[in-house]
Amino acid sequence: MSNKEYKLLQGNEACVEGAIAAGMRFFAGYPITPSTEIAELSAQKLPKYGGKFIQMEDELSSMAAIIGASLTGIKSMTATSGPGFSLMQENLGYACITEVPCVVANVQRGGPSTGLPTSPAQGDVMQAKWGTHGDHPVIALTPNSVQETYEITITAFNLAEKYRTPVILLMDETVGHMREKLILKDPSEIKVINRKKPTCKPEDYVAYRADEDLIPPMASFGEGYRYHVTGLTHDETGFPTNNNEISGKLIERLNNKVEKNIGEMSYYEEYELEDAEIVIVAFGGVSRSAKSAIDEMRRNGKKVGLFRPITIWPILEKQINKISEKSKEIYVAEMNLGQYFLEVDRIAGKKCPVNKICKVTGELITPNEIINAIYGGK
Amino acid sequence: MNASEITKKYYRADKLPHIWCPGCGHGTLLNTVVRAIDKLGLNKDDVCIVSGIGCSSRASGYLDFNTLHTTHGRALAFATGIKHANPKLHVIVITGDGDASAIGGNHLIHAARRNIDITTICFNNNIYGMTGGQYSPTTPIGDFATTAPYGNIDKPFDLCNLAQGAGASYVGRGTAYHAQLMQKLIENGIQNKGFSFVEGLSLCPTYYGRKNKKGSAVKMHTFLKDHCVDKKIVDKKPEMAENKIIIGELYNNQKPEYTDNYKVIIDKFHNY
Repeated sequence: MSNKEYKLLQGNEACVEGAIAAGMRFFAGYPITPSTEIAELSAQKLPKYGGKFIQMEDELSSMAAIIGASLTGIKSMTATSGPGFSLMQENLGYACITEVPCVVANVQRGGPSTGLPTSPAQGDVMQAKWGTHGDHPVIALTPNSVQETYEITITAFNLAEKYRTPVILLMDETVGHMREKLILKDPSEIKVINRKKPTCKPEDYVAYRADEDLIPPMASFGEGYRYHVTGLTHDETGFPTNNNEISGKLIERLNNKVEKNIGEMSYYEEYELEDAEIVIVAFGGVSRSAKSAIDEMRRNGKKVGLFRPITIWPILEKQINKISEKSKEIYVAEMNLGQYFLEVDRIAGKKCPVNKICKVTGELITPNEIINAIYGGK
Repeated sequence: MNASEITKKYYRADKLPHIWCPGCGHGTLLNTVVRAIDKLGLNKDDVCIVSGIGCSSRASGYLDFNTLHTTHGRALAFATGIKHANPKLHVIVITGDGDASAIGGNHLIHAARRNIDITTICFNNNIYGMTGGQYSPTTPIGDFATTAPYGNIDKPFDLCNLAQGAGASYVGRGTAYHAQLMQKLIENGIQNKGFSFVEGLSLCPTYYGRKNKKGSAVKMHTFLKDHCVDKKIVDKKPEMAENKIIIGELYNNQKPEYTDNYKVIIDKFHNY
C-alpha cells in the first residue's frame, strides 16, 4: 500500500518537491521574481536531506556552481526568470558541450529586459532553444499544473542524467504561483534515473568516448578518474582539438543525443482531439484557458480540440505533422508574439492554415479571447 | 623530487609542450603550484584544478588532477560549486589578471567574502596575452597595449589588497623570479582553511614586454628581482618599500570558513 501525501502548494513549491524526490541535493541561485520561492524552499529543505544550498552573487555564477557541483556527482539545479536566464546562457552552453547534467527552471515573466517582473509571459520559448551560442541540444519541458510541475521536474532530472545535458523547465508565472492540490508520490512509485558511471579502471577511462547510445559514462571528481573538462571543442579524451573532422563529429553527437532519442522525451497531452476540425495548440498556463474555451465551443457543437506540448524542445514534429493532416485549421495560443507559432507554421503551414492568438500584456490569455479569435475568423 | 620526476608524476606529459611563449613566466609559476602540492603530499585524486580563460588558464590541461577549464572569469564560481558539494576536495583555482579581476572580479570578491576554502593563484602578467596584448585591470597607468595605443589611463587594481579587503583569510604575493617564495605561499594558501589568494607576478615578453620596450625575458626577470621587497623587511624598515613591489605573506588571519559553517546547519537539521 502506498502512502499518499496531499498538499496545497504553488507550482514553484511543487518544483522543489519534485526536484528533491528526483535526488536534487544542490541548489545555487540568485533571487528573481517570479521564481524566488524555488530558491527559498530549496534553502529550507536541502539541509534536511544533507543537501547544499548557496545563494550566489548572480546568475552567471549560479549556473557555474551547479555545473561544478554536478561534476562531483551531486544532482543540481538552479531557478530563475527572464533576465537571469539571459545571464545563464553562457554556462548553459558550457554544460551542453561538457555534457554535465543539471536542471534550470525558468519561470517566465514579461520581457524584454526587466519587463513585467510579476506578470506571466511565455516569451522565452526561442531563447530556451537558441539562447546560448552555437549549435547545441536542448530539452525544455513546460508544465500546466502544480501536479504536473512536480512530476515533470522529476522527468527533467531523469532526462538530464540520462542524456548528460542541461534540461530547462520552462514554466510561466501563472503555473509557478498558482495553488492547487498536489499528491506527493511514495518514493517507491517514483522512477529515478542516475547518470551512467564508468565501469572500467581509472587508467582505461576515456572521458568523452561515447557508448553506442552516444552517451559517455561520467565519472565524478574525487573518485579516482582524473580527467579534463573544457568548454573548448575537444576529442574523446576531453582535451582541446582543432581537428575539423573531430570538431564536427562532437557537435553532431551532442545534437544527436537528443534528436535520435526524441521518442524518449516526447511528452504531450491531447484533449478532445479525436474528431477535432479546429486544433488549438497551447502550453503552460494558456492551455488551461484553451481547455475552458474548447468545453464552451463543444457545447455549441464546434469540433475543437487541444494539442498541448509538454516537451517544448525538441520540437514535437511528428505529432504536429499528424495534427496538420487531420485538422482544417490550427490556432497557436501563446503569451508572446508567436514564437512557438513559427515552428508549428513551419511544420503544418503547408497542409492547413495556422493562425496565432497572441498576447503580451502581462495577462493570461482568457477562454473568451480564444473563442472570439476562432469565431472571429469565420 | 627532481624536475623529471615531478613532470612524470604531476604533468600530463603527452600534453606538453605547453602553449606559452618563450620567456613567459607562467611555466615557472605553474611549477611552483605543482611543487607545493607535492610538498604537502596531497593525493592527486583529491585535488581539483579549476581555471578560467586566457594564457594562465591553459595550465589546468597540463596537470594530472581532476581538471576543469571553465568559461572566462567564472572559474571561482565553478570552484565554489565543487567545494560546497564536496568539501573533501582540495580546490585550487588558476587564473589570470583579466580573468580574475575584470570579467571575474565579482566572483573573486564574493568567494573571498564567503571565505570558502579555495586557493586562488593568479598569474598576473599585466596584459591580455591570449587575445594579443590588450590592457588589463593590472596594466600600470601610462603603459602601452594594443587597446591603449596612447598610454593606459585606467588605474590598476592591487589584487592582493582587493582580495584581502573582500575577506580572504590568506593573501600573499610571489613572482616568477621568486619561485621558492611563490611555492611556500601556495603551500600556506592550500593549508589555510579558508579563501586564500596568492598573486604570482608573471611576465609577458611577447606582448607587454614588446609594447613597453621592456627588453628580453631575462631583463624582465631581472626587473622582478630588483624591484620586489619582502614584507618582512618592510615591516622592519618601512623606507625600503619606496618604489618597490611588496612580496611575501601579506595577510594571514583565520576566520570561520563557509563549508564548515554550512556543515553546522546540516548537522543540526539533517533528518531524512
